Amino acid sequence: MKVGDLLAKAGGFVSANICSPVSGTVAKIGDWTDAWGAPGQAIFIDVKGDDWAKTIDRSEELKTECTLEPKEIIDRISAAGIVGLGGACFPTHVKLLPPPGKKAEVLIINGVECEPYLTCDHQLMLEHGEEIVVGIRILMRALNVDRAIIGIENNKKDAIQHMMELTKDMEGITVQPLKLKYPQGGEKQLIDACIHRQVPSGALPIEVGAVVDNVATVYAVYEAVQKNKPLVSRVMTVTGKNLAHPGNYLVRFGTPIDEVIALAGGVPECTGKIIGGGPMMGRAMDHTEGMPANKRLSGLLFLPEEESVRPEEDPCIRCGKCVDACPMGLEPYLLSKLFAYEKWDELEKHDVMDCIDCGCCVFTCPSHRRLLDNIRPAKAKVGGILRERAAAAKAAAEKK
Amino acid sequence: MEKLIVAPAPHAHSGDSVRRNMLLVIAALIPAYAVSIVAFGWGALIEMAISVAACVGAEWLITKYLLKQKPTLCDCSAVLTGMLLAFNVPSNLDWWILVIGAVFAIGVGKMTFGGLGQNPFNPALVGRVFLLISFPAQMTTWPTASGFNSAIMGQAITDANTGATPLAIIKSGLKGYDPQWMDKLPDLWDSFVGLLGGSLGEVSALALLLGGLMLICTRVITWHIPVSILATVALFAALMGAFGGIPEGMCTCKYVGYELCTGGLMLGAFFMATDYVTSPMSAWGKIIFGVGIGLIVMVIRTWGSYPEGMSFAILMMNATVPLLNRIRPRHFGEKKKA
Repeated sequence: MKVGDLLAKAGGFVSANICSPVSGTVAKIGDWTDAWGAPGQAIFIDVKGDDWAKTIDRSEELKTECTLEPKEIIDRISAAGIVGLGGACFPTHVKLLPPPGKKAEVLIINGVECEPYLTCDHQLMLEHGEEIVVGIRILMRALNVDRAIIGIENNKKDAIQHMMELTKDMEGITVQPLKLKYPQGGEKQLIDACIHRQVPSGALPIEVGAVVDNVATVYAVYEAVQKNKPLVSRVMTVTGKNLAHPGNYLVRFGTPIDEVIALAGGVPECTGKIIGGGPMMGRAMDHTEGMPANKRLSGLLFLPEEESVRPEEDPCIRCGKCVDACPMGLEPYLLSKLFAYEKWDELEKHDVMDCIDCGCCVFTCPSHRRLLDNIRPAKAKVGGILRERAAAAKAAAEKK
Repeated sequence: MEKLIVAPAPHAHSGDSVRRNMLLVIAALIPAYAVSIVAFGWGALIEMAISVAACVGAEWLITKYLLKQKPTLCDCSAVLTGMLLAFNVPSNLDWWILVIGAVFAIGVGKMTFGGLGQNPFNPALVGRVFLLISFPAQMTTWPTASGFNSAIMGQAITDANTGATPLAIIKSGLKGYDPQWMDKLPDLWDSFVGLLGGSLGEVSALALLLGGLMLICTRVITWHIPVSILATVALFAALMGAFGGIPEGMCTCKYVGYELCTGGLMLGAFFMATDYVTSPMSAWGKIIFGVGIGLIVMVIRTWGSYPEGMSFAILMMNATVPLLNRIRPRHFGEKKKA
């Protein structure tokens, strides 16, 4: 097994390949529990040397020319196992194949950084802006669109300047500075901010003619298509108040995160919580020993003890701040209450499935109410009911 | 390393708290209270102390001995209720009447329903209206302050003088009870800066407005409720003027001015109607709530038997809040109805 060799083939339609990030031999495929306590399966590799597949171009040279047909581009992206690196991990090649009857009109590039504290996308734009621009043109070619918008929040002035410089002679590509506002990195929010179209409830961005990709994903596309290099690493922000060397680290998948932490200066004293991802949507880790980096892990955040404990809940004072804060226009206090009363119909009517888990309601609640602790299971339950209903409807239709 | 703490996201918080909001409202009441002290002197200090102490005491006793729960005084909501109740009574009210009002406000208005967050009606107003109905004479005899200049000279404490409020004077003109009403009406500017008759905290529209703006700027409240109340009152008054519904000899502009600057309107619009617990959640709910209060208060002022109706208006609209909360905000991606 060499670096870049296909390790696991995608099983379903919405699934992505895994290419080996290391060279060596597969020791076993076995059960495994991740840093958050979720059981799953993992491939264990005995690493030997660092031997790359011959087909991969590892030079630093910028290759701008791309004459491949859209289908060839999509095949390469699919083969490289590229997924959305913003955090959702949705397979990129699936996004590039709009369902029949739908046509992509505009490509939106997410350069807003999904969460506070994370700076990996910002850094990538500054260091690999040229490659990202080539990647954008490749994606435009694959989608057959003539317009692309790079959305960057205006707290990253240097990135806006840099990307504008790089794209000034390019037709169809514009850089759009955006107001600083969480959760603008959310797909639906970004589309609304860039082209003022709102994706309806339950629909995909293609409904309004948009395809959204993160800058890190675009960079991976460049490497896959131009350099034949599959997705074997990502940039990860390692940060925290008391961390010795916070920064962005290019990490190969499978690297034990303890090694990354050691590079950053080790776990600071008085750390109460280690979060995989950002402070709003990231997940708190139970342990770090033996845990590898993966496609999803956009950051490691160390919170001091005093910021780690959730304060006790006070009674809801019905201030309505959660309603004001919800970017989806939902009523979090109500959804949370409806869950407590197990009103699944009502929850569905109030669009609980539209909740994007951004955490704004909990962030803003003066009573420290843990609204999402209720809304998350409510979504799971209602989602299950909806799937059952869809399956029943399908079965009934087939009977006829 | 100690054991790591695991909890669901989000892991960050704005730092806002119930206590912070209550303290900010209390802070925003200070300009108006300062004017009250100038206007009523010792009366303002004593009434405030009694009211706050009685509210806090009542809540403490009820949580400790009746409900046998952890005391909830830390959130400062009882202090605020006490302050607002004091703001809503005449500064020379007998102490025992005020204590009854405070106990009723906290006991019946708030704790009966389960404490903070559960009460359907604004507790301070429940207390106030209870007193207004039980002790109508004492509750509507206001000491007057004798104007800004004398107040500065330190001659403002005039408990002996009692007089009708501007709204009562206008009403007597409107109903034709008193042909000399015009002469008794104080200057509009004086009404705006304050130091006229009225309940303890409602004398200065200017100071209340200042406090209200403070609340909006610190995002404790949104603009929806106060603006919709004030706009409705102004529009209603202007229409009354246009259709001859105002006392003869008064211009419409002045009439609108008096309606806005006097009585409990400013206090109610910024501090009472905006009470989180008893006002709607969504923006449109808040606007309808405010318009409703504005309409009811003007109906009472124009046709009712009381000269002022802010307390009643707010309490009535409090009752509609569960209904108004059914107005849902526009969900993301929802189409406007064609």
